[in-house]
Amino acid sequence: MLTDAQLSKLRWRCRRGLLENDIILGRVLERRGAHFNDDEHAQLLTLIDLADHDLWNIIAGRSDDYPAHCDAMVRTLREARVTP
Amino acid sequence: MALTIQKYDAVVVGAGGAGMRCALQLARAGLHVAVLSKVFPTRSHTVAAQGGIGASLGNMEEDNWHYHFYDTVKGGDWLGDQDAIEFMCREAPKVVYELEHMGMPFDRNPDGTIYQRPFGGHSAKYGEKPVPRACAAADRTGHAMLHTLYQQNVRSNTQFFVEWMALDLIRDAEGDVVGITALEMETGEVSIFHAKCVLFATGGAGRIFAASTNAYINTGDGLGMAARAGVPLEDMEFWQFHPTGVHNAGVLLTEGCRGEGAILRNKDGERFMERYAPHLKDLAPRDFVSRCMDQEIKEGRGCGPNRDYIELDLTHLGAETIMKRLPSVHEIGINFANVDVIREPIPVVPTIHYQMGGIPTNIHGQVVVPKNGNPSTVVNGFYAIGECSCVSVHGANRLGTNSLLDLLVFGRAAGDHLIATALSSKAHKPLPADAGDYSLARIAKLDSASGGEYPQDVANDLRRTMQTHAGVFRTQKSMDEGLVKVLAIAERAEHLSLKDKSKVFNTARVEALEVANLMEAAKATMTSAAARHESRGAHTVDDYGDTPEHPLGRNDRDWLRHTLWFSEGNRLEYKPVQMKPLTVDSIPPVKRTF
Repeated sequence: MLTDAQLSKLRWRCRRGLLENDIILGRVLERRGAHFNDDEHAQLLTLIDLADHDLWNIIAGRSDDYPAHCDAMVRTLREARVTP
Repeated sequence: MALTIQKYDAVVVGAGGAGMRCALQLARAGLHVAVLSKVFPTRSHTVAAQGGIGASLGNMEEDNWHYHFYDTVKGGDWLGDQDAIEFMCREAPKVVYELEHMGMPFDRNPDGTIYQRPFGGHSAKYGEKPVPRACAAADRTGHAMLHTLYQQNVRSNTQFFVEWMALDLIRDAEGDVVGITALEMETGEVSIFHAKCVLFATGGAGRIFAASTNAYINTGDGLGMAARAGVPLEDMEFWQFHPTGVHNAGVLLTEGCRGEGAILRNKDGERFMERYAPHLKDLAPRDFVSRCMDQEIKEGRGCGPNRDYIELDLTHLGAETIMKRLPSVHEIGINFANVDVIREPIPVVPTIHYQMGGIPTNIHGQVVVPKNGNPSTVVNGFYAIGECSCVSVHGANRLGTNSLLDLLVFGRAAGDHLIATALSSKAHKPLPADAGDYSLARIAKLDSASGGEYPQDVANDLRRTMQTHAGVFRTQKSMDEGLVKVLAIAERAEHLSLKDKSKVFNTARVEALEVANLMEAAKATMTSAAARHESRGAHTVDDYGDTPEHPLGRNDRDWLRHTLWFSEGNRLEYKPVQMKPLTVDSIPPVKRTF
């Protein structure tokens, strides 16, 4: 579980220049953010350090150019593409 | 309470294309420049711009700035200031080549020149035929531009303050701007940035609408700060709808689609734009295409079970063209509409995209306000550039690709003007004794409040109200009702409460401060819209029909003028449109057909 401060910071850093990323990251945080473990938190922090289009390429499934340890979070983000 | 004070020659608020182009000009001249941004610079919303930068390079077919000038004046439905438009169109090739020399990876022709694609509203010979004028880097032009400018700024020692939110302008007793207050999110501390000049490049306020192509960061912070400091906002009733937002998602499909040949079809499969715009067809300007789509839907020819969207057909372009020229469109289709655009059309609707109005400025980026009978008196020390400003080159409707051009031309122009005024040798004007008090009081009020509503609940009500009453389809009755509702929501926003009152990275506090800015932008929009009794460009009101005296509902006799909205008293003034260009003949208003 993340602390309130960790979650708040993560939520802000998920604010992006691309609406596409805003929507997908927002969905994941809404559904699971409060229950992330340390490993999931670290994976997401790594991914959101990427440039917007690089991140979107990964989420869209057009690129697999991300660190191997982020596999699980990439799957989570890709699953969130399906409109609820 | 004593606040930390940091001193700079220039403080730029916002690190999108305009802010970084201006900062680069200043830093290269050896000035001490700080750039504040809520997010990391390359995550600014400029990154989302897909289509290109408009410049009459003439690399594909004959083109020149006179044609670009004509298209911009006409596209803006004659509300744009023709001196500023001439300046922008003449400067366009220069700023594009400068960017090329900085390393911008433009698409190329086989002969090495910059590839240019056709775009909605771009014509040669004064509307006679479409012309390719958009200089692009695939469909990631904004991304390439932002990264190019960021790298150049780092090289030039621009100092970035990332995850800092500007709170308020500081004006002295003479009304001159002498700095800003800003909140460092990491610590929750407020500081003063004492500057010889402050430049706002904070982008638009597209998040005042529920259906928007804008990223969540676009909360109109510069507009809020300016309005609270007594500076009016100009032409805020004019919001551009992008014709091709993905139905039910808002995500934008670039106009480059239509440039490459995509076609809008109604439920009968008809290419209906042939009826409305026989010459430009699907490449007519955005407001015109949006209205035609709205008309098709209203008359029962929309697609889908609810007849509530239009289909954009790219299938005839072929997989190779789509994947080479429009790869992100393919991705967006898959991810937000469950559609493979190579094989089937994608559902689209007109979606809020761009704010034409903003903080009034002259062509040097200096903020201007009415004073002692002069409608354009300069506010010393205060500049605004990019989407947060209204210079006004976009008039009542922006021509596609003129947004990135606006950032480059006026970002550079503001920098050049400051350098020409020998800013480095000027002294800082003293800060007023109460410089930070107003901002501290706003934060203290939020921290001490209890029992009020949460910021996002109020913001969501605002967005729904704006969408209903100031969307693509406007009536006088609906706008009048909307104004009453928006003012009531603004009253609620005066009594927000925070769930989290901690200092460190308190996102709830930042969002509450953003809501205050959204409110100013929404009040300006709704008040200005309800008061403009005509149809012009993006402000299309169903009550004002097409008559010989008022073509398409436009009333030049009474309404060929700019709106100025003042936050204090929620009041309006008006100022004339500059119809005289710098060197050429004026283009007089005529009925806008395509």
